[in-house]
Amino acid sequence: MSVDENTVRRIAKLARIAVTEEELAPLSKDLSTILDWVEQLGEVDTDHVPPMTSVVEMEIKMREDIVRHDNLQKQVTQNAPQSEDGFFTVPKVIE
Amino acid sequence: MTELTKLTLAEARTKLAAKEITSVELTEAHLAAAKASDKLNAYVTLTPEVALEMAAASDARIAKGEAGPLEGLPLGVKDLFCTNGVRTTACSNILDDFTPTYESTVTANLWADGAVMLGKLNNDEFAMGSSNETSRFGPCVNPWKASDSDANLVPGGSSGGSSAAVAAHLALGATATDTGGSIRQPASFTGTVGMKPTYGRCSRWGTVAFASSLDQAGPITRSVRDAAIMLKSMAGHDEKDTTSVDIDVPDYEAAFTGDIRGLKIGIPKEYRVEGMSDEIEKLWTQGIAWLKSAGAEIVDVSLPHTKYALPAYYIVAPAEASSNLARYDGVRYGLRVHSDDITDMYEKTRAEGFGDEVRRRVLIGTYVLSAGYYDAYYIKAQKIRTLIAQDFKQAYEKVDLLLTPTAPSPAFAIGEKVNDPLSMYLNDVFTVPVNLAGLPGISLPAGLSSNGLPLGLQLIGRTFDEETLLRAAGVLEEAAGFSAEPSTWWTEA
Repeated sequence: MSVDENTVRRIAKLARIAVTEEELAPLSKDLSTILDWVEQLGEVDTDHVPPMTSVVEMEIKMREDIVRHDNLQKQVTQNAPQSEDGFFTVPKVIE
Repeated sequence: MTELTKLTLAEARTKLAAKEITSVELTEAHLAAAKASDKLNAYVTLTPEVALEMAAASDARIAKGEAGPLEGLPLGVKDLFCTNGVRTTACSNILDDFTPTYESTVTANLWADGAVMLGKLNNDEFAMGSSNETSRFGPCVNPWKASDSDANLVPGGSSGGSSAAVAAHLALGATATDTGGSIRQPASFTGTVGMKPTYGRCSRWGTVAFASSLDQAGPITRSVRDAAIMLKSMAGHDEKDTTSVDIDVPDYEAAFTGDIRGLKIGIPKEYRVEGMSDEIEKLWTQGIAWLKSAGAEIVDVSLPHTKYALPAYYIVAPAEASSNLARYDGVRYGLRVHSDDITDMYEKTRAEGFGDEVRRRVLIGTYVLSAGYYDAYYIKAQKIRTLIAQDFKQAYEKVDLLLTPTAPSPAFAIGEKVNDPLSMYLNDVFTVPVNLAGLPGISLPAGLSSNGLPLGLQLIGRTFDEETLLRAAGVLEEAAGFSAEPSTWWTEA
C-alpha cells in the first residue's frame, strides 16, 4: 500500500476535502492501486530529458495592462452563495 | 426521426440558404426530438425559448441576405462551456445552479456565426471519466444497443451527452472537449465523428477547466465535413486565452479534395497492444487497406514511449485538476455547506460537492504535487511527456499522418467498469498520447462490432495541420461508407 490511511487523511486535509473514517480504507486502496500503476514510469531513464513546459511551441503574446471593463461587482457576486452589499461573505476568520 | 433531423449540418445549411426550410422549423424538429429523449438523458438543460428566439433571428437574417456561416443551425453544447444566463454545472454538484454572466469564447463564436443553441449536454463530472457515469445528473445512455443484449450502454465520455445527442439526431452537431480522449472515444462509441484540434486552436476561455495543458474544445458531428464546418467557427485566437494561437484559421472545407495520393500514413506498431480484440485489429487492417487503395503510402513507424503515456497522463491531469478545482471553495459561486469555521466550511463544501471520481483525482493530484513528491511524480511525468512528443516528432519526419484504432473496445454496459478506475482509464490508451503531445486527432466510424456496435478509427495529424487530417478523414469516411443508425427505442413508450 503506497498510500496508507494516515497519508489519505493528510492529503485530504491539504485538498480541503472532509473524509470520514470509514472512507479512509477504500480511498487508501484506490489511490494505492493508481499510484502503484504509475510507478512503471520509473523504468524510463529521464536523467537528461527536459520536462515539458509548453505543449505547442508558441510565444506568449503581451498586451497592454489596461482596465477594459466597467464595474462588474454585481455580476461578479451574483452567483455567490452568500453576499452582502456587493461583497462575498464568509464565516468570521479573525477573533 | 423526422426528415429535418435526418439532415447533416451541411445539408441543412444548403436547404436553409435555398430557403427550402426555415431555422424555426429545423429548430422545432430538433427540440421535439430532444424532448422525446428522456431515456437517453443526453440534455441536462433544454433551452427551447432561447433556441426559438435565436432561430427566428436567424430566419430574419437569412431573409435579409445577412446569413453567417452557421446561420440557423441548431447545436447542443456540452455543459462545460459557460453560457450567458443559462445554468452551467460541469455536471457537478459543486457548481449548484451557477449561471454565468458571460459566454465562453467557443460558444460565442458559434452564435456570432448564426448557430442556434438547443441546450446543455450531459458529461462526466468536470469531464473526468470515459463513460459519462460520473455526472450529477446520472448516466447518459448510448442510443446504440448490442444485437445480443438489451442492456443500456455508455455513450463514452466525458462528452457522452454530445455524442449521444448527435448519434440520436437530437442536434445537428455538438460542442465537446477532449483532455485525454473525451471527444474521440465517445464518437467511437456512438458512430459519430469527433475531432480534437491542435492544442491552442480553440480558446479555452469560459470553458470549465480540468487540466489546462491538455484541455481542448472540438466538435462532435455526423460527418467529417460537418466537423470541418463547426471547427472553422469554433477556432481562432482569443486574447483572453494566452495559449490560443494567433495564426489563421483556414477554410477547412477547402481541404476536401478527395485526393490523398502520395500521402504517407504511419502505422505505429506500439498501438498493437496486448489483448487487442480481433475485431479492432481487423478494423485497423481494413482502414489501412482503404487508405492504400486511395493511393496513400503506408509506412510502419515506432512510437516507443506509448505505453508510458497513460500513467504519465494520470499524474499530469490530476495534478492540474487539483489546482484548477481549488477555486471551488463555497465562497464565490456554487455550493456552500455552512459552518461557523471557515476551514470546516471549505472541507464540508468540497466533500459534498465533488463526486467520487473527482475526489479521487483531486487527492491524487494533491499527493503528486505535495512536498517531497513533486519531482518524483509531476516532473517525471512532464519528462515522459517530452519523450512522447519527441516520438511523434520523429514519426512525422517520415509520415504525414498516423492511423490507429480510437478505443480498445466498443461501448460497454453502464455499471460495468465504474467501480474499477484503472480499467476505466485504459479506455483512453490510444487517445491520451495525442493530448500529451498537443496534436490534432479525429475519430470516425469505420465499422460495426460482431454484436452490431460502432467502432471508430483515429487519424492523428501534425501540429496545426488540421487540413491534411480532414482531407484524409474525408477519404476514409467515404471508403468506410458507414451508414448504420441505432434503432429509435428511446422514443417508444
